[in-house]
Amino acid sequence: MTLPNVWNYWAVVVLMMVGLYIVIAKPNYVKKLMGLSLFQVSVIMLYVSMGRVTGGTAPIYILDDGAPRPFVLYTNPVPHVLMLTAIVVGIATTAVGLALVVRIREAYGSSEEDVVAELDRREVEAANALAAQRAAESDASSATAAHAGASHEEHA
Amino acid sequence: MITDVLHVIGAFFVVVGALFCVIGGIGVIRLPDFYSRCHGSGITDSAGAGALLLGLMFFAPPLVAFKLLALVAFLWVSSTVSTHSLAKAAYSQGVRIENVPRKDWTIAPPPPPAAEDAVLADAASAADPEEPA
Amino acid sequence: METAITVVLFVLLLATAIILGRQRNLFAASMLTGIFSLVSAGLFTVMEAVDVAFTEAAVGAGISTVLMLATLSLTEDVEAREKKISWPALAVVVLTGGALIYGTLDMPNFGDPHAVVHGEIARYYIDRSWDEIGLPNMVTSILASYRGSDTFGELGVVFVAGTSVLLLLGGRRSELPASGESPGHERPSSRPPGKRHAHVREMPVVRTVAKVMLPYIVLFAFYVQAHGDFGPGGGFQAGVILATAFILFGLVFGPQELVRHVPPERLERIMAVGLMIYGGVGVVAMLLGGQFLAYGVFTPSHPSHGHHYGIFMVELGVGITVSAVMIIIYATFATRRPSLAPQVVLDAEDRCETEVSADDVPLVPEERALRSGADLLAEGAAGTDAASEVPS
Repeated sequence: MTLPNVWNYWAVVVLMMVGLYIVIAKPNYVKKLMGLSLFQVSVIMLYVSMGRVTGGTAPIYILDDGAPRPFVLYTNPVPHVLMLTAIVVGIATTAVGLALVVRIREAYGSSEEDVVAELDRREVEAANALAAQRAAESDASSATAAHAGASHEEHA
Repeated sequence: MITDVLHVIGAFFVVVGALFCVIGGIGVIRLPDFYSRCHGSGITDSAGAGALLLGLMFFAPPLVAFKLLALVAFLWVSSTVSTHSLAKAAYSQGVRIENVPRKDWTIAPPPPPAAEDAVLADAASAADPEEPA
Repeated sequence: METAITVVLFVLLLATAIILGRQRNLFAASMLTGIFSLVSAGLFTVMEAVDVAFTEAAVGAGISTVLMLATLSLTEDVEAREKKISWPALAVVVLTGGALIYGTLDMPNFGDPHAVVHGEIARYYIDRSWDEIGLPNMVTSILASYRGSDTFGELGVVFVAGTSVLLLLGGRRSELPASGESPGHERPSSRPPGKRHAHVREMPVVRTVAKVMLPYIVLFAFYVQAHGDFGPGGGFQAGVILATAFILFGLVFGPQELVRHVPPERLERIMAVGLMIYGGVGVVAMLLGGQFLAYGVFTPSHPSHGHHYGIFMVELGVGITVSAVMIIIYATFATRRPSLAPQVVLDAEDRCETEVSADDVPLVPEERALRSGADLLAEGAAGTDAASEVPS
């Protein structure tokens, strides 16, 4: 069995997986976004590699006296167009992600995933405790309302 | 004939630039402290890349040569300034010279001018007496 | 030779990525993302994707690093604690990577000119775009004319992203005087006692050089905008480079000064103007009897001239919107007042000191309905008072 000449894609896949590992395993949100942008650049690299033609030049017409030179091998321009816009859109969406991280830091006092999860868990506990207290205090009808509210909080 | 001479000169500059890049890289790894490492990275930027671009100018048509010249000018200005601000930031953060041969100028810094004193005193307060023009 | 360069660049990229993953200091990590983008731009150049390389160098190495740093000035700059290798994550990554590599075995060889990707469509663009549109740069022809609707959508995404950042962070600008030390870069907690940051405004060399360089950067942006038809460049790259000039101004002279000269309220409108120019060109084409963004109808006698006009206007719209969005994103991050709340950290048993009491629980909808509007108003006023109190 002969392997096809695709080592270049393998290198891109390895880079992509490093980015994916950072996104999954690192608790810090800013670090996660860095991993995500690494992943994104790798995907762009994959597309650009697919557009490569051995011996092809950049997709800009070589002009001789105002007319394109015939029989020139060009690289495929379509992946370039798609990836060019993807890069700019990518930085804009990364900025939205960073803005969300800033808001999370302001609301929770931390940008670490485990701290945020812990605080969320306690908030649900406190809500449950509050609901149980209300239920004990009041009559049956309001108890059902508070219970509904607490379960609503849990789902939220 | 003329082009051959130009190509030889260009190749010389390219080799010199590559050599400077290698020297700068070794310097960043081998030099003992932050300030001398700044020198290593600065060599890579201005001497290495600058000489490479200058060498490429001898291979290029006139318009591209002009673009490369502009590139060299931009590189020499921006890389020196970035190295300068890096060193200055490190100095004000209190990074010290290690293995001092004679006299360590970072231990006894020169007295800061009055304006800097004011900034030091009022660092926390928003009201700043110094108003840059 | 090309293979050797590619291998070296891939090794550099892999080293950068692994160090990025292991680096706990996030300032260093954001620098590494910049290096990663720059090296990948080099790789794109080797693969002859000059337009992509240009964009990646401007966006990845320039703007994204600055944005990361601006975020770090509002959050923590060090990851909270050492993490062991996460085995489940590693298993997921290895499985996914293995599946992807198995998938690549069915792909055509790298650089194979007979691959399916280079089929009908790509050949059409390469063979016909000179006759139909007449621009040397095929990427610009496809971007602004053949796939104009696609690019319109992408520009819309950029616009929406800018609006989202404004909605998320635009509300709480710091109101320090223009000459004040830029609050976005002021982090009392991370500074060792007795030391102080060197402020750029105390660096006359940097200020002077920045002043001299700024006009040339703007000039280069206009060159890239206009030259996009003939070489690598175009609206996206020019917009990003123009934004870089403004961001440099903000970094050197302080974001307050930038906001004073370029008010965000005005930028918000400019942001929309670019998108409207793009859409307007399409609508004008429709009014003249053509299809949306079919520029040939502008000059019926000579359609390729109409394409030139249309592409110029469309690229102009792209450049305006992209630059306005990038400037506004930077200005919003940099002028955001940093939260002075101390960082919440977990101890060894995954417990943190902050207690969540019943008061912190958000109101359940039933309760919210029972409270009078006056109560809510009073609470809101108290809340804003508390938020605007900044101990100096």
